[in-house]
Amino acid sequence: MNKIIAKERLSQEVFRIELEAPHIARERKAGQFVIVQTDVDFGERIPLTIADADTAKGSITLIFQAVGVSTHRLAELEPGAYIEAVLGPLGNPTHIENYGHAVCVGGGIGVAPMHPIAQALKAAGNKLTVIIGARNKELVILEKEMRAIADELIIVTDDGSYGRKALVTEPLKELCEAEPKPDLAVTIGPPIMMKFCAETTRPYKVKTFASLNTIMIDGTGMCGGCRVTVGGKTRFVCVDGPEFDAHEVDWNGMLLRLGAYKPLEDAAHKELHESGQCRLDALADAVMAKAGLGKSGGAS
Amino acid sequence: MHDKTQLKAEAKSVLDGLKGKTLSNKDRMAIPVQDMPCQEAAIRAGNMEEVAIGYSEEQARVEAYRCLQCKNAPCISGCPVSIDIPGFLRLSAEGDFTGAADVIRKTNLLPAICGRVCPQEKQCQLVCTLGKALKSVDKAVQIGRVERYIADRERTSGQSPIPEIAAPTGKRVAVVGAGPAGMTVAADVRREGHEVVIFEAFQKPGGVMVYGIPEFRLPKAIVSEEADKLRAMGVKFELNTLIGRTIPLETLFKEDGFDAVFIGVGAGLPKFMNIPGENYVGVFSANEYLTRANLMRAWDQKRAATPIYHSKRVAVLGGGNVAMDSARMALRLGAEEVHVLYRRTREEMPARAEEVEHAMEEGIIFDFLSSPTEILGNEKGRVTGLRVLSYELGQADASGRRSPVAIKGSEQDVAFDTVIVAIGNDSNPLLAKTTKGLAVDKRGQVLVDENQKTSLDAVWAGGDIVLGAATVILAMGEGRRAAAAINRYLI
Ligand SMILES: Cc1cc2nc3c(=O)[nH]c(=O)nc-3n(C[C@H](O)[C@H](O)[C@H](O)COP(=O)(O)OP(=O)(O)OC[C@H]3O[C@@H](n4cnc5c(N)ncnc54)[C@H](O)[C@@H]3O)c2cc1C
Ligand code: SF4
Ligand code: FES
Repeated sequence: MNKIIAKERLSQEVFRIELEAPHIARERKAGQFVIVQTDVDFGERIPLTIADADTAKGSITLIFQAVGVSTHRLAELEPGAYIEAVLGPLGNPTHIENYGHAVCVGGGIGVAPMHPIAQALKAAGNKLTVIIGARNKELVILEKEMRAIADELIIVTDDGSYGRKALVTEPLKELCEAEPKPDLAVTIGPPIMMKFCAETTRPYKVKTFASLNTIMIDGTGMCGGCRVTVGGKTRFVCVDGPEFDAHEVDWNGMLLRLGAYKPLEDAAHKELHESGQCRLDALADAVMAKAGLGKSGGAS
Repeated sequence: MHDKTQLKAEAKSVLDGLKGKTLSNKDRMAIPVQDMPCQEAAIRAGNMEEVAIGYSEEQARVEAYRCLQCKNAPCISGCPVSIDIPGFLRLSAEGDFTGAADVIRKTNLLPAICGRVCPQEKQCQLVCTLGKALKSVDKAVQIGRVERYIADRERTSGQSPIPEIAAPTGKRVAVVGAGPAGMTVAADVRREGHEVVIFEAFQKPGGVMVYGIPEFRLPKAIVSEEADKLRAMGVKFELNTLIGRTIPLETLFKEDGFDAVFIGVGAGLPKFMNIPGENYVGVFSANEYLTRANLMRAWDQKRAATPIYHSKRVAVLGGGNVAMDSARMALRLGAEEVHVLYRRTREEMPARAEEVEHAMEEGIIFDFLSSPTEILGNEKGRVTGLRVLSYELGQADASGRRSPVAIKGSEQDVAFDTVIVAIGNDSNPLLAKTTKGLAVDKRGQVLVDENQKTSLDAVWAGGDIVLGAATVILAMGEGRRAAAAINRYLI
């Protein structure tokens, strides 16, 4: 049982929570994640990257997007409430060293797990460029935090409502074409974005890591549900990763596996909203009403 | 014959006939074997409730009367924890089930579980004199079924005694993993007055008994009763704690003040076939499939948030308990046709005989002497079938075992939408990887001496992490040995 001590809504569907987890706070390193369960009997196990930790307070911070039934349940918990199970820190920490010039590409919610990695790379002496990509202005998160540590911050949005109207791969390509090219790229975000980042850096031979977010159950190497093909070999993301050489990952295989339960998940998510069970809808509507906007049409 | 009422009536009349008689061995040999009452195959394939219902008192007594009370009692040496089998059978026959429970408890801490899942036909019942005399292991005394009856009777009476705990010693023992090995160590060490904390990665204690073995074979209520019993003894559980990650093993000694550690982390690394197509959508390790279904309760699809793959034609690869459980679970989750593909024949199957029989009754199809060379898929990356190669049994080797030989050119493509790989588990490397100086063999199994002591000071290990994927009773046996050594060490 882990108590939530603070909660903040970063955008319509993105939440930041801080929770008590002294052991995890003590052990965690950049790049590691936890598995969270709001209900130990019937709940799903949700893998979430640790966005930050405070060892003095014994707390960790998680940032997540309410995209399905289970993350909705999590988003509904308020400070003072308890999360029934939090397991971690899981996975291997990011290998941090002074590479020279490091480019961190975070897409959407992927900016959250990128933050501690960017921080660590900066602390190790790297020149740090951060690219933040989002669908629109409303979904750009952690801009302030990233600006504080990056030597250069580039923001792109799909619709041009903020920063450049572009995909993250555009500025990434420009950086690779420049002299000297970056020494390292790290990419975290939607799998399709990570795949295209890998394709972008490949011709320039810029070493690229991707942090994979596959389906997981136990997170301890017991089930193999998280497996991906990397360099022709089957690897378990939860124990062998989550970071892998992006040029070696079988992205198409991973994308297919991620869709395994898509029809079931979509149906469950739809039912949640249609049955009026989703309290976030009501919350979102209240926020929108306050801002003088129309009905939200659901948190996601 | 599976009908509970009828079996009970028959047993009652046998029992009446035995009243007041002094039984000769010949009389005992003439008593009929007591069948296990079961849910009807057609009905149970559609529910998650326990298949075997358990003996009535009459049946338990009749079965116990069959025991010849052999002087040399080969059954005792067949039992990995040396239960005084003729002892508890004699008391059961007389109707003293409380006395019988006391006899079992001396060596077996989990009889309700062992009575259900032990491979008795390969242990105590294999060597039973009665079975030998009647020329069939099926006719041996049904020791496991009587054991189960005794344990269930005590459980449901609400009078399971909580063992006495010695005065506090001030010593602290950490148990890593809440499977049968760890739970056994916790009980035995706690009894001596030491403080015990069990650290478990999952949200519930029980190990494979909760995430692997299905409800229809081992009700989860029984496992949680055992955990509650430990709590009542003062054992503490720290769930959702992965030793090696949440707390490094060394930290248990250095910062958390433990005096001894037991490692019982199980096997827990699923083996795959290493054939093409294994990462298609619709291919699962048995661990994943069963964990979703059992621990995450995906079989209760109305309430559980964890999804389970909707299957029509399922292929299960393997021939052990894990394969039987996966196949029967798939059937209960709505599959129309479930095949078990096994490279050898029924005789060589390592699964418990009763499970194979139950699976057959439920309509699982067994494709013996066959094994896939490739998993086939479509452009969406979903499984569409298997390329299956046929085998024949070759000449017996030196050990007398006939190994399967592939029949060249016998490949056939068979349509399936789901493939469950149930060929066993290797050792999970996590703890060894994160613990300096813990010696393991090349398969990742922790190396121990005859007292279960590892290469590290004050650290013992037992169960599947030492034996490779084995059994509940062997895990318990190793746990008892380790606990005895820990207790000696802490004096
Ligand atoms: C599907 C299936 C069916 C089976 N059927 C039978 C049967 O019918 N009869 C039989 O006798 N045997 C059966 N077995 C085998 C039997 O279950 C095992 O041999 C037995 O459970 C091993 O016990 P254990 O205590 O060594 O480990 P486990 O039961 O595996 O328990 C280990 C526990 O440790 C936890 N753990 C792992 N790593 C860590 C860590 N680093 N920190 C904290 N906790 C950790 C795990 O989460 C787990 O709960 C079956 C196995 C399976 C998979
Ligand atoms: S071997 Fe069989 S008949 Fe002999 S004592 Fe044991 S259970 Fe009884
Ligand atoms: S999530 Fe089960 S092995 Fe990785």
